[in-house]
Amino acid sequence: MSRWNDDPVLRIEHVTMRFGGLVAVNDLSFNVGRGDITALIGPNGAGKTTVFNCATGFYKPTEGRITMKRRTGEHYLLERMPDFKISAEAGVARTFQNIRLFGGMTLLENLMVAQHNPLMVASNYTIGGLLGLGGFRKAEAGAVDRAKYWLERTNLIDRADAPAADLPYGDQRRLEIARAMCTMPELLCLDEPAAGLNPRESAELNTLLHYIRDEHDTSVLLIEHDMSVVMEISDHVVVLDYGEKISDGTPDEVKNDPKVIAAYLGVADDEVDQVEEEVGL
Amino acid sequence: MAAQKQDLLAGSVKDAAVGALVAFGLFAMLIGMKTDVSIGGLSIEYRWSAVAIAVAVVFVGRLALNLFVWKSEKPVTAMLGGLVPSQSSASRFGHLITPVLFVLAVVLPFLLMYFLGSRGSRQYLDLAILVTTYVMLGWGLNIVVGLAGLLDLGYVAFYAVGAYSYALLAQYFGFSFWLCLPLAGILAAFWGIILGFPVLRLRGDYLAIVTLAFGEIIRVVLLNWYEFTGGPNGLSGIPRPSFFGLEFERGEGGFADFFGLEFNSIHRIIFLYYLILVMALLTNFVTMRLRKLPVGRAWEALREDEIACRSLGINTTNTKLTAFALGAMFGGFAGSFFATRQGFISPESFTFIESAVILAIVVLGGLGSQVGVVIAAVVMIGGFEFFRQFEEYRMLVFGLLMVVIMVWKPRGLISTRAPSIALDRKKAKGISADLVQEGHG
Repeated sequence: MSRWNDDPVLRIEHVTMRFGGLVAVNDLSFNVGRGDITALIGPNGAGKTTVFNCATGFYKPTEGRITMKRRTGEHYLLERMPDFKISAEAGVARTFQNIRLFGGMTLLENLMVAQHNPLMVASNYTIGGLLGLGGFRKAEAGAVDRAKYWLERTNLIDRADAPAADLPYGDQRRLEIARAMCTMPELLCLDEPAAGLNPRESAELNTLLHYIRDEHDTSVLLIEHDMSVVMEISDHVVVLDYGEKISDGTPDEVKNDPKVIAAYLGVADDEVDQVEEEVGL
Repeated sequence: MAAQKQDLLAGSVKDAAVGALVAFGLFAMLIGMKTDVSIGGLSIEYRWSAVAIAVAVVFVGRLALNLFVWKSEKPVTAMLGGLVPSQSSASRFGHLITPVLFVLAVVLPFLLMYFLGSRGSRQYLDLAILVTTYVMLGWGLNIVVGLAGLLDLGYVAFYAVGAYSYALLAQYFGFSFWLCLPLAGILAAFWGIILGFPVLRLRGDYLAIVTLAFGEIIRVVLLNWYEFTGGPNGLSGIPRPSFFGLEFERGEGGFADFFGLEFNSIHRIIFLYYLILVMALLTNFVTMRLRKLPVGRAWEALREDEIACRSLGINTTNTKLTAFALGAMFGGFAGSFFATRQGFISPESFTFIESAVILAIVVLGGLGSQVGVVIAAVVMIGGFEFFRQFEEYRMLVFGLLMVVIMVWKPRGLISTRAPSIALDRKKAKGISADLVQEGHG
């Protein structure tokens, strides 16, 4: 079997999500391997973002189990945890399809907010910080250093004191990733990170994601439409259509799966070859 | 050129004449005729001179607007627009005026005593105490509305809780002001949490309505629980604060006697002024410090985007509750000061209009701006009291002023946001209000 089944960081088991009569995700199971970049792809409306929202606690799945296993060996059942605890305790961070930054705050402040929980403890839940006890200042300096590190990694350090809403689109996407990384996650979930990026920014994003995986020992789960990104960087691809898994494997396996081609390109079987050539698969 | 001018004048006069005709049609009935009681029924009184004045005003006004604004190549309003200070200069103005205001506030009683004597300065000191109380309330509400972005229309409830806590504790247990002050703050914070719990899931307009209702519930309970709170009669004989155990009384052991001064009732007023000043400055100090702590940043992040906050592991429930509780606590402090200053309180003092005035101070001053709140409180409360002799016109002027400020500076007088932390202090600039969210509850 494949290596993502040997030591999965995230296990999604028989997850079903219904909105009234609509079944958005139907009995879906897959694993996200530790140290892998896993891509979740599928046509529009296939239920990718729903899976994402279930895994990060924004939706509660109607049925099924989602288990996060941390490096320490602890298991967290994500489907029964409140959303903020999934980031704080289970070590799952996420970004959003329509970027959600704190626009009126500076880049540095955005990254400081991401380190809220450790800083809160260091400030003795505000009381120590208010009285100016020593521990907080040291913790704050450490938090600023971490923020600086990620601003440097994402090439945003020059604009550290500028408001986040002033950044160009591509920079905002990178800042959101930097902010998620400041929570020190073990699993980073990215919702369409390459949407709206130009080819150069897209290539930079690939480098950044590889860096995050290799140097920070963080697994990545991403939703993506851009096939070049998916095929180039992912180790494992899961394909959804109409809320069900239709393919699961390495990029090469998935690429040649006739079910995927049919679902993704939505053409008659005899035209598949032609369309495939056009999109460069 | 000359012909063009002729055209402009002729066109303007024609337009103004049409305007005047319409005005005549309207006013002939409305102003020109008035029914009056007379012997044997009603009679009509004609007031053609008043109609003539109204029509003339319309004609001249419209002519002037035509000539100088609408059809002019260089409208007068464009020149006026140039006079409006830009955003960056307004924030610099805020920086410059802060120390000036602070020094003025500290030396104010001495200035007044020096120039007006104890008899003449009393009314101004009273006014200064009132203004400072509102500054403190504004700063307290600023935590909830300005930082956390939770619209609270019932803030006066916490002011009432503070005032009644002190009055009732003093009446039933004989507690002194200094013991009651922290208790009043704690009780108000407690009620802030009580209010906070049910409204946590509400946002925007819905939150505003529930907080409004809460403010009214507190007032109605105070009004109707006759046996406990005295109902509409209120509570009187609330003890005055002492200066480290020294009462402001004539004779042996009083404040004046201890310091070898001649007894003067103004001493107590000055003491009250410094008391509220210190309390207000403490509110400001704590708020400014909280902004730089994780909890303050979480409040602002909550105002910007609640969903993003939760994705970063911030417990938004607790964050909202701390904002409510802290805002309420400062309201409670101010309330117990109010009770001790007045010596008498009744539910009359805690109506919705108080909440509205405090909110107006925060909004006019600029959400989240501490100096803005001071300026707005001085202008609103000070101006309002100062022009008491103009009675009915002051409301009119006041409404107009508010409309003008909101048209001119929609985000309040001082609307830039200062970053709470910066890598390079010198390079860090205020953040323009267009980028800062107002919060959705």
